[in-house]
Amino acid sequence: MRFGVVVFPGSNCDADCYYVIKEVLAQEVYYVWHQETDLSPYDCVVLPGGFSYGDYLRCGAIARFSPVMESVRGFAAAGGLVIGICNGFQILAEAGLLPGALLRNTTLRFICRYVDLRVENTGTPWTNSVDRKVLRIPIAHNEGNFVADEETLDRLNREGRVLLRYSDPEGNITAEANPNGAAQNIAGIASENFNVLGLMPHPERCSEDILGHTDGLTIWRSVVNHFERGN
Amino acid sequence: MRVSVYITPKAGVLDPQGQAVLGSLHSLGYTEVADVRIGKYIVLELEGADPAQVEARVQEMCSRLLANPIIEDFRFEAGS
Amino acid sequence: MEAAKPVSELYADLGLTSSEFEDIKRVLGREPSAVELGMFSLMWSEHCSYKSSKEALKMLPTQGPWVLQGPGENAGIIDIGDGLAVAFKMESHNHPSAVEPYQGAATGIGGIVRDIFTMGARPIACLDPLRFGSLDKQRTRFLLGGVVAGIAGYGNCLGIPTVAGDLYFDACYDENPLINVMCVGIMPVRRIIKGAAATPGEAVILFRNRTGRDGIGGASVLASQEFDETSEAKRPSVQVGDPFTEKLLIEASLEMLDAGLLVGLSDLGAAGISCALSETAAKGGVGMAVHADRVPLREDMEPFEIMISESQERMLAVCEPAKAAAVIEICERWGLKATQIGEVIPGDKLEIYWKGEKVVDVPASSLADGPVYSRESARPQYLDRVAAADLSTVEHPSDLNDVLMRLVASPNLCSRHWVWEQYDHMVQLNTVVYPGSDAAVLRVKGTGKGLALSVDGNGRYCYLDPYTGAQIAVVEAARNVIASGAVPAAITNCLNFGNPERPDIFWQFIRAVEGMSDACRALDLPVVSGNVSFYNESFGEAIHPTPVIGMVGVLPDIEKRVGIGFQSQDDLIVLLGETLPELGGSEYLKVIHGLTEGRPPGVDLAKERAVQAVCREAIEQGFILSAHDCSEGGLAVTLIDSCWATGLGATLRVETDLAPAEWMFSESQSRFVVTLKKMDLPRLQEIARAQVGVPVEVLGWVGGKHLVINDWIAMHLEKSREAWRTALENILA
Repeated sequence: MRFGVVVFPGSNCDADCYYVIKEVLAQEVYYVWHQETDLSPYDCVVLPGGFSYGDYLRCGAIARFSPVMESVRGFAAAGGLVIGICNGFQILAEAGLLPGALLRNTTLRFICRYVDLRVENTGTPWTNSVDRKVLRIPIAHNEGNFVADEETLDRLNREGRVLLRYSDPEGNITAEANPNGAAQNIAGIASENFNVLGLMPHPERCSEDILGHTDGLTIWRSVVNHFERGN
Repeated sequence: MRVSVYITPKAGVLDPQGQAVLGSLHSLGYTEVADVRIGKYIVLELEGADPAQVEARVQEMCSRLLANPIIEDFRFEAGS
Repeated sequence: MEAAKPVSELYADLGLTSSEFEDIKRVLGREPSAVELGMFSLMWSEHCSYKSSKEALKMLPTQGPWVLQGPGENAGIIDIGDGLAVAFKMESHNHPSAVEPYQGAATGIGGIVRDIFTMGARPIACLDPLRFGSLDKQRTRFLLGGVVAGIAGYGNCLGIPTVAGDLYFDACYDENPLINVMCVGIMPVRRIIKGAAATPGEAVILFRNRTGRDGIGGASVLASQEFDETSEAKRPSVQVGDPFTEKLLIEASLEMLDAGLLVGLSDLGAAGISCALSETAAKGGVGMAVHADRVPLREDMEPFEIMISESQERMLAVCEPAKAAAVIEICERWGLKATQIGEVIPGDKLEIYWKGEKVVDVPASSLADGPVYSRESARPQYLDRVAAADLSTVEHPSDLNDVLMRLVASPNLCSRHWVWEQYDHMVQLNTVVYPGSDAAVLRVKGTGKGLALSVDGNGRYCYLDPYTGAQIAVVEAARNVIASGAVPAAITNCLNFGNPERPDIFWQFIRAVEGMSDACRALDLPVVSGNVSFYNESFGEAIHPTPVIGMVGVLPDIEKRVGIGFQSQDDLIVLLGETLPELGGSEYLKVIHGLTEGRPPGVDLAKERAVQAVCREAIEQGFILSAHDCSEGGLAVTLIDSCWATGLGATLRVETDLAPAEWMFSESQSRFVVTLKKMDLPRLQEIARAQVGVPVEVLGWVGGKHLVINDWIAMHLEKSREAWRTALENILA
């Protein structure tokens, strides 16, 4: 399987995603410069975390106008797999490839720590290999407070497109378990056809034993599994 | 021509910064403050003087880039 | 240009002494121009020239076979094997942070990070030792919140994890907080580059941020206009950081170095372009001709302002003329503006032109070298008073559970997670041991190695005895690194003191450097970089002398790392080293009795070396299951830390002649608490026998949900942990 990791000016988790895909998943991976427009070589496009364009104006607001984003739109429309992690999620939301928006955390502080996430739907390209109810994956963001209008939230729920919610270790969805004020504890959502995923937690940060946790690997493995089954 | 753009959180969207400032004002004794909304103020210097055209262009700039219509409202006025 | 006053009257306004002005005239053989005077005033300032500290710093050991670059460059560099080198340095941003905490701290990170990638290294970690005033002051909370947010705002954006630091509160820092910042970078040995020009004809290229009037200090008296209604606009502005641009500078600079395009690379920090040009030229033994009017500006500026502006996120590259186009091309691809502003010339002169007219013509080394002073030094009188304190009369409270609870929830001992959870401490996927341990441990990708990083410095100890206090900073940082399984390799430092022109302050400084030097020699630790910050005062009173150490250790095999947390039921808890009745300068005295008195714990360097060797060897043999350095708060705090880390309790049966409070809260040096399986105890005893003076005392065993020490302490872990964990956020709420 061949991954393309998009590099925007200010991306800073690009190398981390690249490393995990190459060294841990042992898949093919290339960097895609934000001015490139040909995504045809890739089976999955990764929009990594970071501070694209310094997150100036609004997170993701400037990056969404990069030349590569027009191609990402076409790639996604054709059913291509796109995962946006943290800043990547913010960019996907700004670009309208996923509904809603990400506001400043209610704590008004950057938060970097492990959180527990209840997996809401395991029948997707991103979660098919998840074998447990709750994943433990770190977050690291200042703007992860997901908002959307009621109608959108209803629809996301109805269609099973909320894939991850902040929970306690037992999987209960509580206010205490919500680190950033996100509506309905939403941490990750998918597009209508489930081929686009946006999530605030960083699966690449917990995909190796030496880093303490490997729950992130279940998400990466799901993508590869989905791809291999389909081909 | 100078155009001032005001961007505010949409009514009904929680404004965590505004809430924090509200709490802080209350603790300083300014209890008459009922609500605080914090937004952005952007000053554009434009070339061209046709007011109708300027308005159309700025409208477009706001809805495409400067504001996110899901969470923000905007208004703008010409002149400094 | 015309100055408002002749230079013969201006120099004092610029902070130069009359003898320094005479020196400048002697060096030049004439009166300096106003621009030249402005440049000299900054380059010969304490901050840039180290004129008060230079002599004393020569005491520090700086050599070692693994040292690739000692002091004198932007950062020190050590060889860690496998063709890799580690660059690191610490510096202060105290005064800017006291004025504007967010931007002060942010630009501090920006500066230290530039020092690292300027050497060719990719920054992989930041560490931030912070000192603030009393937490009950509104101002302290404002400063703390702003500084932490500033470090987070800048460091997180760069994608450099902040992996460790420390945080102390004391009234002596009320008006003058200490914001020390350390950065560590890694690189292939072959990519090392120095800030030196080499050959006439080479191009001098300035890249990125446009220059504005940021941080122009006392030199604003040079403005040719009289003060009038426009003066406000001419006031120096607070430096504002732009981490996005810095991130692009890192990527572009490393790309240029990988492509072998550069001869020299330098960042623009204090004294701006004057400093970068004069040092680059002086180190290369060449001259430079630079056109100030080619420097891209943000606003209208006069030549002297351009020469001394401290606008952030600017770099100076020197390259062969044929490679200039490639350098500029890389900059453009990263969206960075690059401009050739001059070239390297024969001779040793720094020549600055303004619209074709030569406005500066000075030997580069005369700016870069600066004067050297031997300051007067005299032992401060307060030392007799504090040393004479009779601590044997202190009455220890009977409820020791309550004492321990108060200690662990006190500002200096409670959990710092409120701080470090605001820092991205995981990005780059190297952080194996998180903040909150003795030392952060990073893996070195592509090798089986690790790096252990720690900072340390206790101002209260140094106030009571600067010599011993500075020694403790070194030996404790070394113990932190050893307890995590690493071999200490080298240190950097940041020496924060009051006004060096005061003999009592200068005495503190000299004694601290002596202490640091002796400790470093005893432990074979070279000092490869560092920074001195003088004039730290609060309400006219100097801060406690606060030398801060940054330590880098290397784990030859990262799989042999050890954490602070107890591992399993029935493991033996063993104390390496000896607990003495040393409550002087302790947190116990401060928190429970409100005293900053006595003598700090003593340091016996031979004993220290021995206990470190034992701990190191035992970890190397692989049977040590947890290790924790004993420091502030004493043994009781060390033990409960290890309990909380993994949620396992401990039961201790202690026999001692000391009072219970002395045994539990003494901050005696040269101690580790380790755990191991019972069957491995003889191995540990055998290792200890090979050294002199390292007692091995079995204290008890791991297990249960409580920490129990004789009939002194019986503490429920979960409840006490919550008090410790939430103390800081509760105080700040």
